[in-house]
Amino acid sequence: MTAPVISSASAGKEGSTGSEPGQWRPSRKAMRRQLLDYVATGVSIAAGSILLLVLASILWTLLSRGLVGLSWATLTHKMGPPGSGGGLANAIVGSVLQTGLALLMAAPVGLMCGIYLSEYGRKGNHFASAVRFVADMLMSAPSILIGLFIYQLFVVPFGHFSGFAGAVALAVLALPLIVRTTEDMLRLVPTAMREAGAALGAARWRVILFLCLRSARKGVTTGILLALARMGGETAPLLFTSLGNQTMSTDMTRPMASLPIAIYQYAGASYEDWVQLAWTGALLVTFGVLIINITVRLSSRH
Amino acid sequence: MTPASMSSTEPSGKAPAQDVALAVRDLNFHYGSHHALHGISLDFPARCVTAMIGPSGCGKSTLLRVFNKIYALYPGQRATGEVMFDGRNILDDSINLDMLRSRIGMVFQKPTPFPMSIYDNIAFGVRLHEKLDRTEMDERVQDVLTRVALWNEVRDRLNAPATGLSGGQQQRLCIARSIATRPEVLLLDEPTSALDPISTARIEELLDELKEEFTIAIVTHNMQQAARCADRVAFFYLGRLVEVDTADRIFTNPREKQTQDYITGRFG
Repeated sequence: MTAPVISSASAGKEGSTGSEPGQWRPSRKAMRRQLLDYVATGVSIAAGSILLLVLASILWTLLSRGLVGLSWATLTHKMGPPGSGGGLANAIVGSVLQTGLALLMAAPVGLMCGIYLSEYGRKGNHFASAVRFVADMLMSAPSILIGLFIYQLFVVPFGHFSGFAGAVALAVLALPLIVRTTEDMLRLVPTAMREAGAALGAARWRVILFLCLRSARKGVTTGILLALARMGGETAPLLFTSLGNQTMSTDMTRPMASLPIAIYQYAGASYEDWVQLAWTGALLVTFGVLIINITVRLSSRH
Repeated sequence: MTPASMSSTEPSGKAPAQDVALAVRDLNFHYGSHHALHGISLDFPARCVTAMIGPSGCGKSTLLRVFNKIYALYPGQRATGEVMFDGRNILDDSINLDMLRSRIGMVFQKPTPFPMSIYDNIAFGVRLHEKLDRTEMDERVQDVLTRVALWNEVRDRLNAPATGLSGGQQQRLCIARSIATRPEVLLLDEPTSALDPISTARIEELLDELKEEFTIAIVTHNMQQAARCADRVAFFYLGRLVEVDTADRIFTNPREKQTQDYITGRFG
């Protein structure tokens, strides 16, 4: 497919120069390089297309299966027994409450930890290196382990599952993400900015808060939003913590429903309307995550 | 003061009898184990432009960074000796850094606009040291922007982000920001090396006006710039002060052979 392109291109050049065709004829080595270039480009495009195809087919399946069940009733009715016309309202509310509370816990701690690592824990600081290492470990820890850990810490002592425990598990999941993106973004702030602030007589905290954090704010917000997206789709940390709940509950001390858990419970069920609800729930989670990602893209562009 | 009044400068770096803003005596500077400045003694006469020249790594920027103690941001960097400013040795640990830096301003090589509006870039420094009401602040902003010849270019977009300005405009904004806190000394670390010739010319003109009011110490790699702007020129080599004299004398009849070689481009 590529070979004719080369020959026609070189033929065209020869035709245009006319007098000394020999000088314009690519050597065999040059032709081989050109060919290799085409092949490599083709392979890369193919690899990219595969990724796009996977995402497109997931979205297509979700849309074609989930959209059918997306109605006002799905969004307003709570989960119910098969055939009773139940919806996902309590799962949606539970997801929003748990991820919201988790974000409120993880964002301030993560931000301050990131500031510490970037501004005070530069090279040679052993405590900072340890914190950084633990954050990296935590980032790659299996999320079900985090769930089990919080189960031991917040479920066993109280004797029951709770939305609060779920939120804590999600917060532990989000924390390292926020810490590392905050640190990375702050490190991109040029030293000259810090020196310029200090040279005006600004105290260190003021330079960090009003100059560094301010110039890194887009990257930092992006990190927090991506952590939010990550939390919204997690199931494993919630299995042992908030458990799931068939009824509408906003009490953080009781078991609480969430979309990922609802999908987990309904997808394998033998009732057709539950399976339908699982698809619709999956559609909702995916589009929630997609919307956050698109927001991040748009906000970081301007 | 006329250049002639300063031609009797001693080799030690002492200036003739007149106001001295900064008096450096036997200054040594260390970056960790690296000894960067060796026994520098040099006077900076008030309301004069003193240029520091020399090849890269000769210590001229290091000296500049001693005057506002910006080096104190980095552990491992230390200065010993004496730098007298307004009757006190600023190397003393008891010196309040924020106060010192409000009296000795600095402009860096690369323009460093803060991530905020043009107006707030100037107000940021002022607010650190003074409590002004809105009209006073407006006046201050207009005053300094006028003096750096930026007012007419930005008067309609004071609330626009400062990062949208051109490089030359950004650097003039940084100078405006530094003089807005009303310092007595202005330190300039190669302020035009990132700018085009037109912006450079504007900043050089500006220096001429600013020296009526401020003592200016400028580090430059550009010999023409030193000749054009400076009243006095100090030549540094390998962490030592080789020679300091009026700009005329340094560029026409330097005392030391090393200076001669450097300004004629034979090394450096």
